[in-house]
Amino acid sequence: MTEQYPKIYFYRRLVQAKLFIDTHYADNIVLDNIADEAYFSKFHFIREFKNIYRKTPHQYLIFVRIEKAMDLLKAGVAVSDVCYAVGFESLSSFSRLFKRTAGITPSAYLAQQQKIKAQMVESPLDFVPGCFAEKNGWLKK
Amino acid sequence: MITTMTHVSLHVLNQDSALDFYTNKLGFKVLKDVPMGDGNRWITVSPPDQPGFEIILSPVTGSMYSPETTKALRELVQKGTFGAGIFTCYDIFATYEELKAKGVEFTKAPKKEFYGTEAIFKDDSGNWFSLAQLL
Repeated sequence: MTEQYPKIYFYRRLVQAKLFIDTHYADNIVLDNIADEAYFSKFHFIREFKNIYRKTPHQYLIFVRIEKAMDLLKAGVAVSDVCYAVGFESLSSFSRLFKRTAGITPSAYLAQQQKIKAQMVESPLDFVPGCFAEKNGWLKK
Repeated sequence: MITTMTHVSLHVLNQDSALDFYTNKLGFKVLKDVPMGDGNRWITVSPPDQPGFEIILSPVTGSMYSPETTKALRELVQKGTFGAGIFTCYDIFATYEELKAKGVEFTKAPKKEFYGTEAIFKDDSGNWFSLAQLL
């Protein structure tokens, strides 16, 4: 399988930067350092990252943190614990950015998700199309 | 008239492994993970920008098929018989490099076609997908 395509090392450096954010989102990430590690000037890095991922590195970092926060809230972790676990330093900025993305506050999201989880346990067939439930033998006799 | 497709069923060999593959490697979101009793689960995932489209991770087990069919189907899935669909991305070279870095197996590197650039990868069960950046 050939690996020859245009700008292969350019892509690898940008992907490494993206994967660094994916892994270290909870740390105090300094984007200048990521740009340095990827051998880009800061402005060149921001421009090329946005070309590929449709977000600046900073926007992407916030996006990953909010996504991870949603996962933790779905798992039932308390809002304040989630805030610090995903790398935010203040509850107010976490709540503001979360609401901007999810449309509701973290505590409302936590309550909503826990309610859905309880419904899934109590009435699982409400979440499965009847045809598949029947084929799997899950319908109540 | 038919308007949209909301669910598609994908045969997987192991649901836990498939869930890990589609979320942690491909970056898909879990839409449903419902306990159905006796260890069965109804699991659906979706590509990040397409939350209304649910891919059902359907384990090939004896609950839906006869033992003979289960055995035959598992073998067919495992040896890569089934092309399961086409995924698109903003930038195929970046996506290809990222998925390779995460251990996803490609059977075709990105190649220019008349409709765009396309690569082919396999999931953890053996289902193959086209990854495309369309023109």
